[in-house]
Amino acid sequence: MIEINQLTKKFDDFTAVDNLSFTVREGEVLGFLGPNGAGKSTTMKIITGFLSATSGTVTVDGHDIATDPLAVKSLIGYLPEGAPCYPDMTVLQFLDFVAAVRGFSGEEKQRRIDKVVRDVELGAVCHKTIDTLSKGFKRRVGLAQAILHDPKVLILDEPTDGLDPNQKHQVRQLIRNLAKDKIVIISTHILEEVSAVCSRAIIIAGGRILADGTPKELEARSRYYGAVSVQLTQDFDLHRAVATVSEVSGVEVSDASGRRHVLLPREGTQIFSKVLDLAQNDQWPVAEFHLVEGLLEDYFRSVTQGANARAETSDKRTGATQ
Amino acid sequence: MSPLQIIFKRELAGYFATPLAYVFIVIFLVMNGVFTFDLGGFYVRGQADLMPFFSFHPWLYLFMIPAIAMGLWADERKTGTIELLMTLPITLRDAVLGKFLAAWVLCGAALLLTFPIWITVNYLGDPDNGVIVAAYLGSWLMAGSFLAIGSCMSAMTRNSVIAFILTVALCFVFVASGSEIVLNAFNWAPQMLVDAIAALSFLTHFDAISKGVLDVRDILFFLVFMASWLFASAIVIEIKKAN
Repeated sequence: MIEINQLTKKFDDFTAVDNLSFTVREGEVLGFLGPNGAGKSTTMKIITGFLSATSGTVTVDGHDIATDPLAVKSLIGYLPEGAPCYPDMTVLQFLDFVAAVRGFSGEEKQRRIDKVVRDVELGAVCHKTIDTLSKGFKRRVGLAQAILHDPKVLILDEPTDGLDPNQKHQVRQLIRNLAKDKIVIISTHILEEVSAVCSRAIIIAGGRILADGTPKELEARSRYYGAVSVQLTQDFDLHRAVATVSEVSGVEVSDASGRRHVLLPREGTQIFSKVLDLAQNDQWPVAEFHLVEGLLEDYFRSVTQGANARAETSDKRTGATQ
Repeated sequence: MSPLQIIFKRELAGYFATPLAYVFIVIFLVMNGVFTFDLGGFYVRGQADLMPFFSFHPWLYLFMIPAIAMGLWADERKTGTIELLMTLPITLRDAVLGKFLAAWVLCGAALLLTFPIWITVNYLGDPDNGVIVAAYLGSWLMAGSFLAIGSCMSAMTRNSVIAFILTVALCFVFVASGSEIVLNAFNWAPQMLVDAIAALSFLTHFDAISKGVLDVRDILFFLVFMASWLFASAIVIEIKKAN
């Protein structure tokens, strides 16, 4: 269990993490969302012991990172932002180094390296120096060193950033497989990723938690939750057509042509089937008819908008401390 | 293997994975040759000792050692690998010492490879080999002291060129403070101050050792000097962690 209690991190006069508190339990895959510079990376750096907090505590399985850093560090596997690895080493040398530092030796070490090379599919580049690898492979090497000791806690800072769609899929698959009875925290600003792998999402901006819940719960908070998108083939007075449906609270025109409409439901009601029936009975000139997607994105935008201005400046700060 | 040994091994292998170690050793040997035979007048002096060889070491180290030391921490910061290193379950002490020892051993290796000059002087005459061994030891201790300063300067910045310049400047202070020119400039000051300045200089202690006078105090000076600067490196890294 990770317990973060009133964590605050200040860089000079700037507050990157502002009185943050939350708990993560075994089996949870926590998606850490937020605009650039929201404090995601800073929080991860504090949990992993790379930065020290200005105030507040972080404990992992009861060990405080400030007083017992080695115990915490041996429980954690960490992929830092940008997946830094020693460029002059070959992949095998690098993994061997990390395995040795993690306290493995002999056959056990070899077995772990072999397994991780298989899991992350590094076989083809084993003997190449990390310098010469593509971005995707470098990221996978970073991932390999993070999972090598089968850690209880896995902290991944933007694990799929810069990967192609196939690689992204692969990494997500890997994270899902790893997640059983572990704690996984991943930071990302790809929202589909959260729906794909996370069991819980926290949205932060300006160093504060703005929302905390399962991806489904957060989607339900979007004003477009349950809304229906209708694309018409010709001009048609949709306002009048839906006037009889009391559950529809409003109609928005969502593109320039004026033919794509969004029908908003009154809170706590379902309108999809009612509107669908109506459309069929009244023979609306419909080209497309579906539930509105990208709810998480909409919710994310609505809660983080105000914090954006602060985030801009913090971007530079965290960059300078790496 | 202990974490210290693992880091030491990785760092040392790192020097030889790039041309750095080879370039350093070759240039070190060439420069030593030039200094000893041309500027030092090894043959002209007609004496069977290695004074001309060792007396240039402080000035040679002034530029060679900072070049080795500048990357110790600055490069880790630049590539971001410091984040990886410092989140592995190792102590700061192991990291600082492991890196330092690897660089120090590289210097030692370069120094040992100057052995042909020792053979030469034994072939030409009958030198006091005890003095020569003492001087080698003194030279290595001095190299370590330069390195320890470099480690601290390198920990301060992510730019290795800045680390290089800072290290050269600081090392120069510690070398020059024992030279006649600086000490004469202080001739107005009380003798105690002049002695204190001279006592902080590498030259004073190195000269004593390289003349074969193995005084515990001189050896202790270098050891304490190294320990202090390495401790300072650890503090700098710790402060950076808070900022």
